[in-house]
Amino acid sequence: MSTRLTEEMLKTLPDARGHFGAFGGRFVSETLMDSLMILEREYLRLREDPEFQAAFDYDLKHYVGRPSPLYLAERLTRETGGAQIWLKREDLNHTGAHKVNNTIGQALLATFLGKKRVIAETGAGQHGVATATVCARLGLECHVYMGAEDVKRQSLNVYRMKLLGAEVHPVESGTRTLKDAMNEAMRDWVSNVDDTFYIIGTVAGPHPYPLLVRDFQAVIGREARAQSLEQAGKLPDALVACVGGGSNAIGLFYPFLTDESVKMYGVEAGGLGVETGKHAAPLTAGRPGVLHGNRTYLMEDENGQISGTHSISAGLDYPGVGPEHSWLKDIGRVSYVSVTDEEALHAFRYLTCVEGIMPALESAHAVAYAMKLAKEMDKDQMIVVNLSGRGDKDIHTIAQLDGIEA
Amino acid sequence: MSRIDRVMTSLKEQGRKALIPYITAGDPSPDQTVELMHTLVGAGADIIELGVPFSDPMADGPVIQLACERALAHGTSLRQVIGMVREFRSKNADTPVVLMGYLNPMEAMGCEAFAEAAAEAGVDGVLTVDLPPEEADDVAPLFTARNLDAIFLLAPTTTDERIRAIAGHSSGYVYYVSFKGVTGAARINVEEVAQKVDHIHHLTALPVAVGFGIRDAETAAAVGRVSDGVIVGSVLVNTIADNQADPARLKTALHELLQPMREALDNLSG
Repeated sequence: MSTRLTEEMLKTLPDARGHFGAFGGRFVSETLMDSLMILEREYLRLREDPEFQAAFDYDLKHYVGRPSPLYLAERLTRETGGAQIWLKREDLNHTGAHKVNNTIGQALLATFLGKKRVIAETGAGQHGVATATVCARLGLECHVYMGAEDVKRQSLNVYRMKLLGAEVHPVESGTRTLKDAMNEAMRDWVSNVDDTFYIIGTVAGPHPYPLLVRDFQAVIGREARAQSLEQAGKLPDALVACVGGGSNAIGLFYPFLTDESVKMYGVEAGGLGVETGKHAAPLTAGRPGVLHGNRTYLMEDENGQISGTHSISAGLDYPGVGPEHSWLKDIGRVSYVSVTDEEALHAFRYLTCVEGIMPALESAHAVAYAMKLAKEMDKDQMIVVNLSGRGDKDIHTIAQLDGIEA
Repeated sequence: MSRIDRVMTSLKEQGRKALIPYITAGDPSPDQTVELMHTLVGAGADIIELGVPFSDPMADGPVIQLACERALAHGTSLRQVIGMVREFRSKNADTPVVLMGYLNPMEAMGCEAFAEAAAEAGVDGVLTVDLPPEEADDVAPLFTARNLDAIFLLAPTTTDERIRAIAGHSSGYVYYVSFKGVTGAARINVEEVAQKVDHIHHLTALPVAVGFGIRDAETAAAVGRVSDGVIVGSVLVNTIADNQADPARLKTALHELLQPMREALDNLSG
């Protein structure tokens, strides 16, 4: 049963303690509480500050290259058969993904707060690159934590970060992926809390991060909504976005939440198939728990230990998800589904061939689901897919699968 | 009066300081934990903090992370940890045991089931690193109803307003984290700790135990001089790691490490 959402309801979420219904909150050790409360207070002030917002908008336009186009994928639509598929081209942003919307915003916050040192965690490396990029521009010292496994999988992005002047710290603990990188970034923050700003890459983590990252990413949905009305003369019938931590998805969905006619689908990484247990789909197959400072759906074992995840896409390879998604799932506003590695790979190749657009493997999950969905919808209906990033970073992975040394 | 209150009160009357060692349950293996707890008591422990292993110990440094990994490699679960306390209690009715860990394993077991089983087994207090009092509304009454002390952390960054509020939610003692960092780092500044603990004493009547950075008799004495107790963790866990292949040697090594700290603390009152 879906709850009907109103603007008034949305304004109350998260509540003063960072809760989205039963989810979210601030579950961190005491050392970080003061910094989080200061960040919350300052962000709530700057959120209403025209000077801050103008600086953010200016950077999005002139540095990121926004607005990103909303593109009708005519050949994909024709070949798929069914609803029109439109792509929100976040892959055309500077640095090649939606991640930069958020790093621009948080780096601005860091400078307003007078912090000179920035840390970040990264999975696929897109957030690390986007953070290193804005740090280079603003002259901030930048440290990026990245699971040792991901450092191997995404060596090109590691090199990009180094060229941008960031120090990349491979994380050898735990499963050596994104969740461990986030643990290590938290440890760094606890140790350097006075001079360091932690730029979290997704809508997870302790309050106020899920709020502020969502606000920075919501530009995607605001543009997509206006562009749909202008270019198609109506609102889309469905939105589709991939969900790892969930920042590109919430960015697209949020400005449409009160538009009742717009259906929304968050696509998780089904890995080798949800039934195999080798996946990264907490909303599809997990249960609520507490990790990385927030209560949300998690992949965990019966003893509450966090499970290892699997996805071909490093950016989706995370056992948790932003708390607002957990809430949207429980109230029934968004449907969360999953797509396997194989389906995502097929979509990667297919979109490349029929549209000349090479999606990130993360975004390929959304494309794969949109193709399924389109077939069940009428020709006069419209789907907007968040093409959250470009696929250059994944060429190595694809080439390996093809047995080619790239 | 809880077992922790009794110990703290008695120490205070004697002018002595609490020695509170930490080890991770299940490290190096679950069958050794109870023995090691008795070893700690034999070396002078007043209270034992028993770590509940977690896959993602965000507030801990590499030493305790690895201890968690060793314990989890043996499948050590929260239910098993509670079983270890029950076994320890069959031979020791006096030494309080505080379970220290992260929230998720407790929630996975069910907070009420956990509180019930822990109290029944003879656990005295619970310190959940990633559960600040603001989020503890549902859990706290479960502990209170069963006489489990809720122990919360205070940090160098904690404001006066929060110190008062946190102390209001605490019982047994408060755990002052001596520096901004993770467990096992060596950054303790005794003068700063002294000032802050003195300040905390003005804001709450609860005993203040200090942890993080205490590694030998010298640091134990220095911190003991300005607080009500010292918590010793990573250096013990390191000793466990170094001697994991030789259980007999491990017990001797733990004793040899902890006992001088006991002496140094007791010399303060002499």
